[in-house]
Amino acid sequence: MKKTSAIQFLKRLAVTALFAPVAAFAAGGVHLEKVPVSTDQKNLQNGARLFVNYCLNCHGASAVRYNQLYKIGLDEKVIVDNLLFTGEKTGDLMTVAMVREDAEAWFGTVPPDLSLIARAKASEAGSGADYLYTYLRSFYRDPARPTGWNNTVFANVGMPHALWDLQGVQTLEETVGEDGHKVQKFTLSKSGSMSKETYDQAVADLVSFLVWMGEPDAGSRKTIGIYVLIFLAGLYLLTHALGKNYWKDIH
Amino acid sequence: MAANTHYEKYRSNGTLLGNALEWVDARFPATSLWKAHLSEYYAPKNFNFWYFFGSLAIVVLVIQVVTGIFLTMNYKPDGTLNAAGIPGAFASVEYIMREVPGGRFIRYFHSTGASAFFIVVYLHMFRGMLYGSYRKPRELIWIFGVLIFLCLMAEAFMGYLLPWGQMSYWGAQVIINLFSAIPFVGPDLSLLIRGDYVVSDVTLNRFFALHVIAVPLVLIGLVVAHILALHEIGSNNPDGVEIKKFKDEKGVPLDGIPFHPYYTIAHDLPATVIFLFFFCAVVFFAPEGGGYFLEYNNFLPADPMKTPEHIAPVWYFTPFYSMLRAMVWNFFWLDAKLWGVIAMGGGVVILAFLPWLDRSPAKSIRYRGPIFKTLLGIFVFGFLILGFLGMKAPGYLFFGQGWLSGDVIAQIFTVYYFLFFLTMPYWSKIDKCKPVPERVTFK
Repeated sequence: MKKTSAIQFLKRLAVTALFAPVAAFAAGGVHLEKVPVSTDQKNLQNGARLFVNYCLNCHGASAVRYNQLYKIGLDEKVIVDNLLFTGEKTGDLMTVAMVREDAEAWFGTVPPDLSLIARAKASEAGSGADYLYTYLRSFYRDPARPTGWNNTVFANVGMPHALWDLQGVQTLEETVGEDGHKVQKFTLSKSGSMSKETYDQAVADLVSFLVWMGEPDAGSRKTIGIYVLIFLAGLYLLTHALGKNYWKDIH
Repeated sequence: MAANTHYEKYRSNGTLLGNALEWVDARFPATSLWKAHLSEYYAPKNFNFWYFFGSLAIVVLVIQVVTGIFLTMNYKPDGTLNAAGIPGAFASVEYIMREVPGGRFIRYFHSTGASAFFIVVYLHMFRGMLYGSYRKPRELIWIFGVLIFLCLMAEAFMGYLLPWGQMSYWGAQVIINLFSAIPFVGPDLSLLIRGDYVVSDVTLNRFFALHVIAVPLVLIGLVVAHILALHEIGSNNPDGVEIKKFKDEKGVPLDGIPFHPYYTIAHDLPATVIFLFFFCAVVFFAPEGGGYFLEYNNFLPADPMKTPEHIAPVWYFTPFYSMLRAMVWNFFWLDAKLWGVIAMGGGVVILAFLPWLDRSPAKSIRYRGPIFKTLLGIFVFGFLILGFLGMKAPGYLFFGQGWLSGDVIAQIFTVYYFLFFLTMPYWSKIDKCKPVPERVTFK
């Protein structure tokens, strides 16, 4: 009786310790909005188009080859006709021509490679996709910054708002709410070529593409995983029966 | 091999294979090795759940060695930037992940294996504490075990630098700097480890050499010594009694059963399959392990000019990292930083003294008293809390409450960790143990 109560106690301690992190997560930093990450080829293709047109001028994706895009349903001809502007071959890596020293002089920092950005930006606050989705929708006009842009997710960011002609120009209003907390609100001072809903969907597609780039074969990994687990479950039944048979003669 | 020589040599049954076996066995201790370590090594028949983790540690070791060999075929220990501005080592890992056929699985097996190794080894060590497996006459088995643990830490630390991400880089920077706290030789020692004034391509290359050849050689040697010493004495068991006390007329322990096939096939094989099930569930469905097995920040290439806001080691080092950070006082003329290093190193080394610190008449928790059970419970809880706090930035508050300061709690549990061991000779002696049976209990 006593032994079991001590074990119970140990178990309870272990459970408390294991779940302490979950219970104790203190909210910190910006609130990130949930992005509907899509694995649909249509969304990914739209994301790829936005990426090549708006991001790839400054940011590379040097772990990815153009012809990897066949995995999201683009064939060689589409890639050549729509995505290659400066004489690259389809087997080339998605690198940028910008010289690093120039980038440093223009932006104060070299724009990071985006191959793995969706995986790198995950944190306790949310997934990397949520971060990017919120970030790309949080640029606002700030005359104090050299680029004229600032961001509520990434304060004093070196990057100007590359998608401004789509979203339009936001300005930030800060008010103090009833509970004394600062409330930040964006207003659209100049509208872009897209409505708010269309822009949000475009960013969601772009983020989905960035997630895809982080691990292009994540989908097949999970499919293979299901077969592996089914195999192991079957193997367990066999080995368990075998073991039981051996142990029959031990008393 | 003296212990093996009394086994009879294999005699041929006249067939060609039999003749060949006899020829080999006359020249090589095949039969005696097989019998001494497997078919006639008698292990207690009452092993339970906790006894899976020794063999699982070998399973993980094999996974790490095999996947490691294949990783080296495409990995490049290169800290210089390639044309795209990405360090060669970092780019080569992504090359393995994306372009080497099956490379992503090999890499995920290796990265998940590192964490699995520590999970399995921590549970294996805890088993030793539960059942007093370190007690006389198994002191040397335990000491080899502590050395294996130290080696494993070195191996994991050096391996973690190789992907050359931000956490790899800055984690190594912080830990190597710790050595400079050692009086007199410290600064030169850390320079010697680094091979440079900052962590650089030079450091990466030597860590690669140490990670793939030097430390594994020592590790495997120690594992062999650990098992040889175990087989010389015989295994402990959940009752903490010696099965060799009662033997039949042939000298076989009454409560012992042949390790092979009863443990190899019948006991450990199904357990290995269950382990692989969970292992593969992580590899195939959550290879990042929620950011604990592959840290998010490590998906950014190492940048010597950008220090991350918060540098934390991987989860398996964090209990000891917490002990390091808990030391904030200068006393006995020594710097707080040095005390931190002493606490971190001492936290591991003190384990080696366990066989002599424990004076309890009973080995197993089954027959030990309430003092041990309570103190061990707090010990486990404290160790987990230390591990949790080591992942957090200093100044962490539990539930956001000022009176639950993580820094203070880490200090309390660090002191408790050492007091648990240092006062053990006293409390283990006065604890009220139950009578220990002569034979193992087996249902």
